[in-house]
Amino acid sequence: MQEHTQLSHKQINEDLLKDVLTVPKWWLPAVSFLGLVVLTGLGAFFFMMYHGLGVTGLNRPVMWGVFIANFVFWIGISHAGIMISAILRLTQAEWRRPITRAAEVMTVFSLIAALHTPLMHVGRPWRVLYWIFPYDFSRGIWPNVRSPFVWDPSAVGTYLIASSLFVFVCLLPDIAILRDRAKKPIVKKIYAQMALGFRGTPRQWKLQILAGILLSALVLPVFVSVHSIVSWDFAVLIGVEGWHSTIFAPYFIIGAIHSGVSAVAMLMALSVWLYGLDKYIKPDHFDAIARLLIVVATTWFFFFFLEWVYALYTLAPPEIALRELQAFQWPYGPLFAIFIITSFVIPVPLWLFKRVRRSVVWMFWTTVLVNIGMWLERFLIVIPGLIRRTHMTFDWGTYHPSIVEILIVVETFAFVCLGMLLFAKVLPLIPLFDVKEGMVNRRLIKVGRRVIPATIREGLPHHYYEKKQ
Amino acid sequence: MAKRSVLGLYSEEDSAADALDNLREAGFEEGDYEILTGVPYPEGTFGEAEPEHKLYRWPLIGAACGFTIALLITAGTELAYPLITGGKPILSIPAMAIIMYEGSMLGAIIFTIIGIIFESRLPRIFMGAYSEKITEGHIGVTVTTEETRTDIAETALNKAGTDGEIIRGWE
Repeated sequence: MQEHTQLSHKQINEDLLKDVLTVPKWWLPAVSFLGLVVLTGLGAFFFMMYHGLGVTGLNRPVMWGVFIANFVFWIGISHAGIMISAILRLTQAEWRRPITRAAEVMTVFSLIAALHTPLMHVGRPWRVLYWIFPYDFSRGIWPNVRSPFVWDPSAVGTYLIASSLFVFVCLLPDIAILRDRAKKPIVKKIYAQMALGFRGTPRQWKLQILAGILLSALVLPVFVSVHSIVSWDFAVLIGVEGWHSTIFAPYFIIGAIHSGVSAVAMLMALSVWLYGLDKYIKPDHFDAIARLLIVVATTWFFFFFLEWVYALYTLAPPEIALRELQAFQWPYGPLFAIFIITSFVIPVPLWLFKRVRRSVVWMFWTTVLVNIGMWLERFLIVIPGLIRRTHMTFDWGTYHPSIVEILIVVETFAFVCLGMLLFAKVLPLIPLFDVKEGMVNRRLIKVGRRVIPATIREGLPHHYYEKKQ
Repeated sequence: MAKRSVLGLYSEEDSAADALDNLREAGFEEGDYEILTGVPYPEGTFGEAEPEHKLYRWPLIGAACGFTIALLITAGTELAYPLITGGKPILSIPAMAIIMYEGSMLGAIIFTIIGIIFESRLPRIFMGAYSEKITEGHIGVTVTTEETRTDIAETALNKAGTDGEIIRGWE
């Protein structure tokens, strides 16, 4: 990473806390609008709860509609947050510093969005407790823990708790900065309570660095398990041809990384535009994430290709019928074309150009395209799989999402945006201490006729250097 | 006897390292003084001792606890309400393994967080001698000692060239 501006700690505090300790002009209208959308979505949900699932487009044979497609989509988005943060921390990639926090926070809000879609899908959310927890001792009815629907909440719940705690621990030093900078006594007191008395002793810093590495190492296996388990919701079913596939777990994971890393790039662009963070998130960062995206997108496409090859190679009539429905029949054919074009055909060749990779505008719009495509991918897995006529289906029809479903799906998007905006109002989206550490560890060195920034590796005990000398 | 703490602030790493040398010369021991910074410096930057910790035990204990609880929940539930399916065993190991895996990971992560907070000596109710300038880039050297020795500590801190006055606080 060649681009580097050396900034003082005071300057970093001022730049990154100005939108936390003051209110930007656009903030209130944006929050009000998003709040309204969320309330509308919740209104639609309560309407659905009162009138029953009949107000949705769900009917035999399609009993999983856009709610489940949306659930898989948000689980995917949630993956990149921690994935990108964990992998970059473990590999000590310097360019991670300004983007890890936003990615981690996005994970938390996307997981909440993901979790509340199936809760709404079941119609009577309180009954979920009956299926998950051993609750009814008087009647002796216990849940079936062998069901994949018990795996889901245990995996997603673990991931949500883990990522929330991860975010909190990594926030401690920044909350301490806010405690020191806040002017209003009540605000200062709240931050002081949240900071737990963090003072920045060598012991506390050592454990902070270890926390990042150790928690990354622990969260990564959870991240892999969560999307595998989500994919098994489909793959363990033997009745739906397109779903019963061994490749689903890795295919879902890499798809999640593709959409999630794209969402992180979108978030970076929005941070630059909304919060003016161009001093911290530079074209170099976009360049790095675009390079990562090329690898991820290509790997995802390879898995997508394999899924189709495995399906078609057998020449099994049900598989061929399903693929024909997905790719060539109305209305799924056009959606399939949009999915392929937006998630791979347009963005990946564009990312091969350095000018695109280093442009905030290009990166924003290409990653928006990826996420449109990846949402459609989930839709095309869920709906055509169920809608296809089979010899055991006694009743069939088509599926159109109703306005209630659409409002609830839109609500999840507004919820994540609202959550991010509210978070950014009370806590910094860029980890201040991490950025400052990058400044401390970086010195300009002369190599031949050039002066370039050089960085020492953080987190190594000092006896490491002594032994090497 | 209640202890007092004194804090000297420095803008240069070398001055803070000198302050630590002065404190050692004045007879203060490793546990009596601490460096306070707003950013993690490479270990040993100020000549301080490497902090010892036992963090790596915490996730192992947590994983064991999580595994045990998940095993009890899954096996207990299946045995409490047996669902006999096609003559297969009541305890379904593949399905249980998933819950046990998640339980182990959740236990490991929760215990790691508790471990990080505990090993960081947090929460700390009283801040002692502290300055908000530390999070602005100044380096603080704080000495916790008996009231009778605070003057010696102040002299040692001043000798290294503090920025401004020495700050005093209660522990």
